[in-house]
Amino acid sequence: MTTEVSSETEVKEKAEESAAQLDQPEKATEETQEEVITEGEEKEKEEKEKEKEEKEKEGKEGKGISKFLPTWLKKPKSQAQEAPPSEEAISAGQQEGEGPVPEVNGHTEEVEEKETVKSEQVKETEAESHSNASADTEPAKEESAEKSPERSQETKEEQVEEKEGKEGGLRGGGGGVEGQTSIFQSPLRLVRKAKMKLVVCQVALLDGTDFTCEVEKRAKGQYLFFKVCEHLNLLEKDYFGLTYKDNHEQKCWLDPMKEIKRQIRSNNWQFSFNVKFYPPDPSLLSEDITRYLLCLQLREDVATGRLPCSFVTHALLGSYTLQAEFGDYDPDQPRPLDYINQLNIAPSQNREMEEKIFELHKSHRGMTPAQADTQFLENAKKLSMYGVDLHPAKDSEGVDLMLGVCANGLLVYKDRLRINRFAWPKILKISYKRNNFYIKIRPGETEQFESTVGFKLQNHRSAKKLWKVCVENHSFYRLNAPEPPTKARFLTLGSKFRYSGRTQAQTRLASSLIDRPSPTFERTSSKRISRSVDGAPMISITDVERDTAENGREHRLDLHSDSKINAPSAEAAAADCTSSDTKEPTKTADVEIEETIVVQEVSKATQPALVTVAVDSPAIPPAKQETREQEVKVQEEAVVPKEAATAKQESVSSESESEDEAEYHPNVSASTHMPEVKEEEEEEDKVEEDKMADENMSAPVVASLPVEITKAAEDVCKKEEESKREEGQGGVKRNAEKEMEVGRESEESTEEPMMTPEEVPNGVALAEDAVIGLVGHAEKQEPKMNGETLLVEPRPQVICCSEPPVVKTEMVTISDTFAAQKTEIATKEVPIVHTETKTITYEAAQLDGNGDGEPGVLMTAQTITSESLCTTTTTHITKTLKGGLSETRIEKRIVITGDCDIDHDQALAQAIKEAKEQHPDMSVTRVVVHKETELAEEED
Amino acid sequence: MASRIADFGRYTHAIVRGIPASLAKEALRSCPSEVDVVQARREHEKYQEILRTTFGLEVVELPADESLPDCVFVEDAAVVCGDTALITRPGAESRRGETKAMKEALEALNMNVVEMTDENATLDGGDVLFTGQEFFVGLSKRTNQRGAEILADVFKDYAVSTVPVQQGLHLKSFCSMGGPGLILVGSSEPAQKALKIMQQMSDHRYDKLVVPDDLAANCIYVNLPDKGHMLLHSTAEMFPESLKVLEQLKDYTLIAASNKEKTKVDGALTCCSVLINKKANM
Repeated sequence: MTTEVSSETEVKEKAEESAAQLDQPEKATEETQEEVITEGEEKEKEEKEKEKEEKEKEGKEGKGISKFLPTWLKKPKSQAQEAPPSEEAISAGQQEGEGPVPEVNGHTEEVEEKETVKSEQVKETEAESHSNASADTEPAKEESAEKSPERSQETKEEQVEEKEGKEGGLRGGGGGVEGQTSIFQSPLRLVRKAKMKLVVCQVALLDGTDFTCEVEKRAKGQYLFFKVCEHLNLLEKDYFGLTYKDNHEQKCWLDPMKEIKRQIRSNNWQFSFNVKFYPPDPSLLSEDITRYLLCLQLREDVATGRLPCSFVTHALLGSYTLQAEFGDYDPDQPRPLDYINQLNIAPSQNREMEEKIFELHKSHRGMTPAQADTQFLENAKKLSMYGVDLHPAKDSEGVDLMLGVCANGLLVYKDRLRINRFAWPKILKISYKRNNFYIKIRPGETEQFESTVGFKLQNHRSAKKLWKVCVENHSFYRLNAPEPPTKARFLTLGSKFRYSGRTQAQTRLASSLIDRPSPTFERTSSKRISRSVDGAPMISITDVERDTAENGREHRLDLHSDSKINAPSAEAAAADCTSSDTKEPTKTADVEIEETIVVQEVSKATQPALVTVAVDSPAIPPAKQETREQEVKVQEEAVVPKEAATAKQESVSSESESEDEAEYHPNVSASTHMPEVKEEEEEEDKVEEDKMADENMSAPVVASLPVEITKAAEDVCKKEEESKREEGQGGVKRNAEKEMEVGRESEESTEEPMMTPEEVPNGVALAEDAVIGLVGHAEKQEPKMNGETLLVEPRPQVICCSEPPVVKTEMVTISDTFAAQKTEIATKEVPIVHTETKTITYEAAQLDGNGDGEPGVLMTAQTITSESLCTTTTTHITKTLKGGLSETRIEKRIVITGDCDIDHDQALAQAIKEAKEQHPDMSVTRVVVHKETELAEEED
Repeated sequence: MASRIADFGRYTHAIVRGIPASLAKEALRSCPSEVDVVQARREHEKYQEILRTTFGLEVVELPADESLPDCVFVEDAAVVCGDTALITRPGAESRRGETKAMKEALEALNMNVVEMTDENATLDGGDVLFTGQEFFVGLSKRTNQRGAEILADVFKDYAVSTVPVQQGLHLKSFCSMGGPGLILVGSSEPAQKALKIMQQMSDHRYDKLVVPDDLAANCIYVNLPDKGHMLLHSTAEMFPESLKVLEQLKDYTLIAASNKEKTKVDGALTCCSVLINKKANM
């Protein structure tokens, strides 16, 4: 491992060099050429870059195949590594090049160097040498992004020649052929220092072409999106978005506000441009080009069957497509007749339909393309599944359902039948927890109570995805303006995730202000590149590569290195729980993550307010501090060998919010702090919770791991990720976890008994995972558990005790008021991670503590999670009535992730300061700093 | 499809069927009753006359079949929307034979005919409420989930929502469309409940007009280019109170048709015809 790590480091450096080059590719060209490098790859890179540029240019001018070509120029250059045997076009000589593959070192280097400029060959190389080249991990991922459509090899080569010809000056007259064959012989070195790493993104557009552009490696989603919109000349862009595929081949929306790199999996920089919000009335769009793009999306939706429609509608839509693309029906022109076979109009296209299409096409005589598009949309928008985003789910009885998110709300389908519908105004809260998705329904006229409907999704990723889609759709269609970002506030509801774009109302307003002549655009034919059902370009090599690089391979690599670093713990874990399988990280994690943070508010309080800040900073062994992504992953893997694997992936490779549950209150302003809970409702909740408590007490104890452990693991991953991110920025913060508890009081503060993790009956605290849970729950544990007085004794609680196989921890979980439906608490095998934890508690002097044993009556409780890039803030607010006094306690836990050299004290001070600022009327009574050190492999 | 709302209530053809003598004794009914076949035929004549002359439809009359006592209620044998006709699989076994003649008639009209062949599926047309924008299918004694699924599969353009029918024979035993976006519905609790469900399930807003008698809510709405909104309803003699409510409809031409004998065998106004709009078909 060590060697590989170092080589990886080298790679980075090299990559940076090349990145520098990327920064100023054009200027650089001449000079760089002269600088000869020993390593052939550099030159390739340079060439590739140029090619990419050209590609982009072409993309703007031309259409179709030529756009794709440039990407491939790289390929011919490094024949040695590529040449999958199946490609006929590749010369024997190239194939021979494969011979050297086994040379691990040479290979890895090559691979590494291409980090920024990815090319397929690397993947192939890796594929060949993956068994020994764990260091390739990262490059491999990046490579996978580069799935350029593969045309015939010949074309590519031609193109290459052409390019090379253009660049002839650089080559010193070297022809294209030379360019192809001599790469290795005449490598160039680049001397420039890296400024920013660039990566090439490939975006499949709706017309079937691909748009390629470079973005900084750390660019946010919106940067790329804007680039695409610019390329498309699209102003009404809010209806659109970019999608990527995660490791599970699921299509996900690229969050514009987050770094691309952290969202995509496997460094697969491939995206699709798609309609995200289908305008309910397309005629209200301002520009034809917007309608055209919407048409393209709908044509695809219809052709793939995603938007089901009847025979007649297929024919009608098809006829408008013909009119838009070919103009008036021309009986003398036989072409359309041949053409229509290739037109992809319906999933079950037949002669009869084609005739019907022609028949209808005739009737559209004189219609302009724009009019035809408008007619197309007028008909398409009436289809019942127009704009409905379907998500497979199950009801409580395991019956297969489809949940459809649309402009009006949430639809429930069983087979093709709509069996329920929840309009947005009817929905009070949308939440998910693990793989459960819940909506809380406003009581009907005759009903007294709110009800909550739960669905089971396939896994927690699906649940989260659905939740996000709901949040976004609700915001887009129902709000006048998106909810302000939650991080600005201390007490906000739900996950940090919110829709960040413009709402429909805003975009309509913006559209009305568009003041430009109608842009001219060319309507490309529906006879486009065949695409897979979900719209991703279907290119043979792409698939191959995806298979190798994206899924299996990459993981294998990760794990490979993981097992090296963390072998001891992993093995230990395996020993204890045989099912722990580090080779299969993709298993659906049965992860329970329950954020429970207690907050009490005291209106007239004798209660002290308190802030608990727990700073947790796993001291990563020095060697690891220079972590490269690879190592980071290793740690993650070690921490989460099995159960949390899925969660890990989620948090690691992309979103910073990795919470496994979140809430969204569609009708409640984000600024709402205290839920106004009615008495009856509270009763109801209590009842439910009590019930739940019973269930949980009895059922899940079966050797299940406390939720929190996994959650923590995930957090760790997040931290790692964060640290990765922060590396470049000079590492503001290292792994640190803070927990803050803020209490509020109107009078004087008294001492609040507080429990540190050490006092927790769990005792063990060796699992770094447990950290969060421990801290979080320590304060909430029942007196019976630890003899400590409780902050919120009387409120209904759900207690779950479970014993992980190895980590001897007992967790006590207290559900919040909303947790009534969240019944599952158990997870299984725990990864063992040996950690050292240190907890320091600072407490303000308090008079009585609330250990007086006086049981209060819980008024409300709520848990809030918000996240920003490097912090996760979980806030739990409880309101209790205690001896006539209402008390509000706010407990805030902040996990700060960052580099190891973070100044903890400063971070802590900052956190406290922020808490004070946010709640000037409350006082900080307790600060818990929780540090965590992961022990290196001493066990071994 | 092209213009659902504007075309709602526009028809060119109607399929009806004669009343067999066997109706009197053998037709299914929810409560025992004596049916005067002669009177029933007279009523039916009148009904057809309205379709033909008042509404100006081309009426296709299928001959009665003595072996099919309920055959006059053609609505249950087919669901027609646009140029597509779904031949149903009636829930009552004794009525399955009714679909044959219906299928032939629809084919003769050049409809795109789809048959429901699944042996697990049952569907009576009386359970299908087409609002112009979507379908509601009553899950009743005669119609099951599978039948509704097949309907949804055939009419893919439209949302198909299911509504439990707790009382009465069919969904349309207590409701019908009184115009574009207007649902006529009975005042009984099950009827109101079903309406609530329909409103909840729909993305569209519907007005409702509640009539005191459930059966009076079954009317035939026709929109004639020259005459505007027309509503064929049960006579004042049968439902005087309900008629008062219907009379509140502005700009409507109300046409009464006696249906007394047929209601004895659960036959409502809509049951006796299948209305088709050939012009809308492309």
